[in-house]
Amino acid sequence: MSSLQMPKVDSSILSKKDKIVSDIGRIINPKNVLSHPDELRPFETDGLTAYRQMPLVVVMPETVEEVSNILKYCNDNKVKVVPRGAGTGLSGGSLPLEDCVLMAMGKFNKILEIDYENRCVVTQPCVTNLAITHAVQDKGFYYAPDPSSQIACSIGGNVAENSGGVHSLKYGATTNNLLGIEVVLMDGTITKFGGKAMDSEGYDFLGLMTGSEGLLGVITEVTVKILKSPEIIKAALIGFPTIEDAGNCVAEIIAEGCIPAGMEIMDKALTKATNDYSKAGYPTDAEAMMIVEFDGTEHEVEAYIEKVKKIAEKNNSSSLKVSKSNEERLKFWAGRKAAFPACGVLAPDYMCMDGSIPRGKLAEVLREITRLSKKYDLPVANAFHAGDGNLHPLIMFDANDKNSLKKCEDFGADILKYCVKVGGALTGEHGVGIEKRELMCEAFNDKDIQQQLTIKVALDPNSLLNPGKVYPILRKCAEEGRVHVHGGKTKFPDIPRF
Amino acid sequence: MEEKQNFQTSLDFNQNIFKPSTREEIVEIVKNCYKKSIPLEISGLQSKNKIGRNFQAEKTLDLSNYKGIIDYKPEELYIKVKAGTPISEIEEELKKNNQQLAFEPNDFGYLFSGESNSGSIGGVVACNFAGSRRFKVGSVRDHLLGFQGVNGKGETIKSGGTVVKNVTGYDLCKILSGSFGTLTVLTEISIKVLPKPETSKTLIIKNPHAKKALDYLGQSLSSSTDPSGGVFYPDYFGKNFILNDLTHDGGLTGIRIEGPTNSVDQRIDRLSKELALIVNEFSVLDNVQTEIFWNKTKNLEVFKNSKSNLIRIVVPISETLQVIQKLKKDDLNYFIDWGGSLIWMAFDHLNSKILSEIKEITKNHQGYYTLIKIEDDFKASADIFTIDPIKYKISEKIKKSFDPKRIFNPGKMYTGI
Repeated sequence: MSSLQMPKVDSSILSKKDKIVSDIGRIINPKNVLSHPDELRPFETDGLTAYRQMPLVVVMPETVEEVSNILKYCNDNKVKVVPRGAGTGLSGGSLPLEDCVLMAMGKFNKILEIDYENRCVVTQPCVTNLAITHAVQDKGFYYAPDPSSQIACSIGGNVAENSGGVHSLKYGATTNNLLGIEVVLMDGTITKFGGKAMDSEGYDFLGLMTGSEGLLGVITEVTVKILKSPEIIKAALIGFPTIEDAGNCVAEIIAEGCIPAGMEIMDKALTKATNDYSKAGYPTDAEAMMIVEFDGTEHEVEAYIEKVKKIAEKNNSSSLKVSKSNEERLKFWAGRKAAFPACGVLAPDYMCMDGSIPRGKLAEVLREITRLSKKYDLPVANAFHAGDGNLHPLIMFDANDKNSLKKCEDFGADILKYCVKVGGALTGEHGVGIEKRELMCEAFNDKDIQQQLTIKVALDPNSLLNPGKVYPILRKCAEEGRVHVHGGKTKFPDIPRF
Repeated sequence: MEEKQNFQTSLDFNQNIFKPSTREEIVEIVKNCYKKSIPLEISGLQSKNKIGRNFQAEKTLDLSNYKGIIDYKPEELYIKVKAGTPISEIEEELKKNNQQLAFEPNDFGYLFSGESNSGSIGGVVACNFAGSRRFKVGSVRDHLLGFQGVNGKGETIKSGGTVVKNVTGYDLCKILSGSFGTLTVLTEISIKVLPKPETSKTLIIKNPHAKKALDYLGQSLSSSTDPSGGVFYPDYFGKNFILNDLTHDGGLTGIRIEGPTNSVDQRIDRLSKELALIVNEFSVLDNVQTEIFWNKTKNLEVFKNSKSNLIRIVVPISETLQVIQKLKKDDLNYFIDWGGSLIWMAFDHLNSKILSEIKEITKNHQGYYTLIKIEDDFKASADIFTIDPIKYKISEKIKKSFDPKRIFNPGKMYTGI
């Protein structure tokens, strides 16, 4: 894993380290410029801990003008810049480069305005996702996208990665809940895309920036929509004798016109692992287990739950439990949300993949994963956001065994390729980063990638902003792509994942 | 048919209107125009072609023959179609499975030609205008899952796919939505579809005042009754609605509630209480009347056969009232959609002085305008779209990255783009 190729290091930049430190120390408070190895160490990796690299220097600007001046300085002096939010990303989007200025946005940590009349919140980018909901929940509002790491991930990072969550089918991902951003381009230009109004003039730069993984600009302010909290939320916990039955049930729920707030499926391996770990009361004899959740007014939720009950029975459900209280509902989810640590108990290491597939292909893809699991002789457990088709296989292996690691890497790449083959995507919510960079040619041809690179060059002609991410460097499809966890130790082991 | 045969033998580049029926033909046309720097007007079903600046194009690329449903998977909630496919054909197909395009594409036909013409899916994506459900489900761009298109060099490019969750590479679906055909010729479009609600009802409140209406709308949109439409028609337009259950003919506020039948009745009841309405102050439209009412709204039927200029103004809801008060003159009619943040305003007379006032006012109130319909004399010199200098510079660069020789709809949005 250490063989990852990154952009060529510019040795002239390395030799100018002291000058760069003192120059930027004149642009911002020198206390916010870190250059000693002990100070740099905490920034050497993000949520994808398999890769580590110390940056040349870390800068922590406090105002948009400082961000602009630093970028302008770096642009003029051809210094690479890697932006970083909370550092929880799972695809290595914030991995530093040896010759880069790492721009840590941690000081942009204030909510600027809560505007109930326009139902939006204006915030600095390093406020956490969950803090937005916390700020408005006393008035009965919330921010809809809920990536599982929402307690720690920053809203700016959510914008950069277009983060999703378990409620994406009904409420959309970040891009659908974003009204505006303030952004600084590599040449120092400060501009705003969108605002409090629902649409904005001209090309949709807001949409282009969202999910661009820090390659097009540094986000310095974010305006998000907030929604009125639903009156009630109910969930049903359903067991199925086969994956096919569960898959058919999902298709029929959608075909019947129900759009659940969340719909999750786990295979037998994960159901058992999570139940052992969290005592969630799951049907461990079922081949597949589904949690389906509805929110809204009481009559609305009841109507949908009744429909789902009938559909589940028709599709041979072996057990069905509807939450009677919010506590019980949260208990249903507790096991699901503990999928990472539960797998940590089963094997020394595991890798979490993040592919998207058409919902109807679930059984087929899981069969293929089972086949691959036998082929590579590595156990796997599967979690699936059935609502939006996002599949998270967890491959278990032992990183101390080099052969096991290589097998796991090949296994993971095969899964993602299969996801693309059945009409899905390489990544549903974790982003490409460095992790899936070389797999991009599975999804796109040269012309597609070239078009994207042309946009990059239009806004950052010297390719200084977060280079080496998203787009293939090797120009061949090296078989890499996963989140690696050793001994259950991620960078933030306590944060719920996916 | 004759034209098609011509193409099959060889593309005749002497003609001024190309009407391709295959992607290969589109590629060939664009490549040729790229080589010779020939500007192309991209056209669909002529429903929105009058929106945008006048520009010179030597040739027209008419996509009306490039149509058809490629793949429709109701259980996967998407439909994949060729760009020239009529919206009416798509909606007809979706109806069979009780599904719909939830963003309610506007039908501009009534406005421009006096009769329905909802245009093609390519045109709807290119303009990114969404109907009344905008505040709840998003705009066209939020429903575009993926596309295939031909860039200004004649290269076939794609982005996105058919799954809702996809963060692979830049989201080009967004930048193409609302680009008015200036970046890429769309060829295939995958669009998200959603179930039609079991029941839709509309709470109609008798009320002639914009201020009161915006209070109602603001309160409704912040309520857990979860409305999917919010509109205000002042007195002038009230008379346009003749419906069985509409008990008055003056100004009205309409709020739509959708979902399972039981819950709709419950929510309508609750909303009328939350808004403290008294009995003879409101009425409730059933399913059928609700459909008529909201179709009229999304189709701008109140402006049918009107000779006036029409401006579309988008502002944050908190600013709407002030914008209306500042712009309103005696000769002016308007209505409010999107729960308060979209204003359709008709001006009998427009000139550059009035337009720069409108620009100033909308800008000061954190919004923008688009000139939808405008008298011919004034069109050549008017700013149809607004933009600030920084965004203009970025737009120039983005335009160049897709269409380096500026052959697609050059100048349709802005001079030089």
